[in-house]
Amino acid sequence: MTATLPAARAGRATGDQDRPVPAPVTMAGALNAALADSLAADQRVLVFGEDVGPLGGVFRITDGLVAKFGEQRVFDTPLAESGIIGTAIGMAMNGLVPVVEMQFDAFAYPAFEQFTSHLAKLHNRTRGHVELPVVVRIPFGGGIGGVEHHSDSSEVYYAHTPGLRVVTPGTPADAYRLLRQSITCPDPVIFLEPKRRYWAKETAVLTTDGPAIDRAAIRRPGQDVTLIAYGGMVSTALEAAEAAAAEDWDVEVVDLRSLSPFDDETLTESVRRTGRAVIVHEASGFAGYGAEVAARLTERCFHYLEAPILRVTGLDVPYPPPHLEHLHLPNVDRILDAIARLQWDDHA
Amino acid sequence: MTTFADIEPAAPPAATPPGPSVGSLLPSATPLQLIDADGRPGPNPGDLTLPGPEILLELYRRMVIGRRFDRQATALTKQGRLAVYPSSHGQDACQVGAVLALRDQDWLFPTYRDSVAVITRGVEPGEALSLLRGDWHCGYDPYQYRVAPQCTPLATNTLHAVGLARAATLKETGEAALVLLGDGATSEGDTHEALNFSAVWKAPVVFLVQNNGYAISVPLAKQSAAPSLAAKGVGYGVPSLLVDGNDAAAVYAAVHTATQRAARGEGPTLIEALTYRIEAHTNADDATRYQPGDEVQAWLARDPITRLEAYLTVAGLLDEQAIARVTGEAEQFAQRVRDLMNDTAEVRPDELFDHVYAQPTASLEHQRAELLAELADSAR
Repeated sequence: MTATLPAARAGRATGDQDRPVPAPVTMAGALNAALADSLAADQRVLVFGEDVGPLGGVFRITDGLVAKFGEQRVFDTPLAESGIIGTAIGMAMNGLVPVVEMQFDAFAYPAFEQFTSHLAKLHNRTRGHVELPVVVRIPFGGGIGGVEHHSDSSEVYYAHTPGLRVVTPGTPADAYRLLRQSITCPDPVIFLEPKRRYWAKETAVLTTDGPAIDRAAIRRPGQDVTLIAYGGMVSTALEAAEAAAAEDWDVEVVDLRSLSPFDDETLTESVRRTGRAVIVHEASGFAGYGAEVAARLTERCFHYLEAPILRVTGLDVPYPPPHLEHLHLPNVDRILDAIARLQWDDHA
Repeated sequence: MTTFADIEPAAPPAATPPGPSVGSLLPSATPLQLIDADGRPGPNPGDLTLPGPEILLELYRRMVIGRRFDRQATALTKQGRLAVYPSSHGQDACQVGAVLALRDQDWLFPTYRDSVAVITRGVEPGEALSLLRGDWHCGYDPYQYRVAPQCTPLATNTLHAVGLARAATLKETGEAALVLLGDGATSEGDTHEALNFSAVWKAPVVFLVQNNGYAISVPLAKQSAAPSLAAKGVGYGVPSLLVDGNDAAAVYAAVHTATQRAARGEGPTLIEALTYRIEAHTNADDATRYQPGDEVQAWLARDPITRLEAYLTVAGLLDEQAIARVTGEAEQFAQRVRDLMNDTAEVRPDELFDHVYAQPTASLEHQRAELLAELADSAR
């Protein structure tokens, strides 16, 4: 992958008179294109973090950016995550738009205080005088055979913090759209990249057109049950929906995209229509994101529900070692089992 | 048997940076001083230059006003008008000296103990006391005064200052940033990350450690085993100064020198100012449990205002009438603070939802409507 990304370029929306041609693109390529296009579109945008310069990041998401935009705008930092987030806050106070990388989910934890006490709150503390348009890109989740501390699903730490937006793409095209939307957003955005999907391909046009940053997207319409997923679980949910069709269950798959704020409107409409819902995520279930989704939808859809809302989640254990992680991660079978438990017989 | 002595000394690895010499970064063994505790010229000025008469008089005037403000805020806390007030008493020279050394375009990153620094920078006292009165977390617009919100978590503001300074370099706008921290904050990781980032980036930032001897109740001996807190700069390649923090002239000169360095693109400076916290940590603290009374008395004898007043009087720059004028101005300032704080704080409940995001979310608007309905119900 290079900065020019021929495949991605072919799929770029270039204007009305020059109709874009859909082309195959990976999520990694789409993210790289979003960074390149954001750097080109706005001089205030900076990209920095650990190894994001000549190496192009450990996942090569920033590949070629320093060659194209120079070391003033794309640079390696000392190895200190609190330092990266804290200095990004100061730069944003002074009118820049930092897009920073945390190398892995669990390696962002040293910056926890900067995230929760400052990045999330400075706008509020200053009665709106200070805006912090900072984007923090974090590769998250498992499924890549990573040794410990390389596979955490850390979304709830951020989603529980008012003032932060938390988004995560499920597809390559949406990775491009959502990252560009995040970089132009005046609020701080935690941008969680499902690392197991970095090399998933899609034939698509890369464009910012489409759902807004805070809206969910119905990836597959269906009538019988709403299957709710985000990030790395979106494609697993779509697979499960395909398999469910063989059992005559018509499954709707909703990709949340934005974990905070939550798109109550889209989700409430879907669940009221289908009367059943299953939430899927890799993170542990206890006090997990699915608990909030289930609670909100129960409050809003109780009289429409045919069955309790179920969760298919990771186990309540520290993230397992590579040879055991398949036991932790939700899969198609577990999702189908959950769908099967939605009291179809009672209904019949 | 091979010993280490047998091994040929290897060439240094290619990655060894050609950093500055250790000696060029080290602070002096004893604090730099321009005016001593008795108001005479200090014996150890180092490379610091005594500020001119106008600046010395302004340092005096602002310290007298700051001290009166501090006393007033402490009294208002005892009366229940403020929720809490961490006093600057004793650290007057640090806060006034440092702030007056800043240029208009520079930024100040204060902590909760730096209210005197904040008002010396020109922040309206009513706005400065919002945090401590409890009507909002920060009552002023940081861009209006170039003063960041007073930071309660320790040392986190050091990184914000470095980031803001780095942005100034990238944008070529010429601002420098002064960040205030205490002795306790030098134990926090963020301080070390900030010193390191600032040195690598040659960021135009000045770190001023007000070493007042205590982190709430924990004395310096239990905080650090370093030769001095200023000595911590050397490991990061940051040049450091150790100054008498009760000598406003020395603090002013040190910060002035450091901001000049920063403005020339020569990077950060770490300054440790030796001072003392005369009052308890806050009104909720009981300093008699850990602060020996004779220690307080000894530091009262080194009072920063008394010494500058003595110096200026001997130099013929200050007389009884001028002192009375400054005292009168300080009384007027205190009266204004009283008037402002005797008004009941005006809070608007639904402002809670206004500044969480740039635009309130649908969910926040829903909560706003519920809260307003609840308030309307209870008012009925």
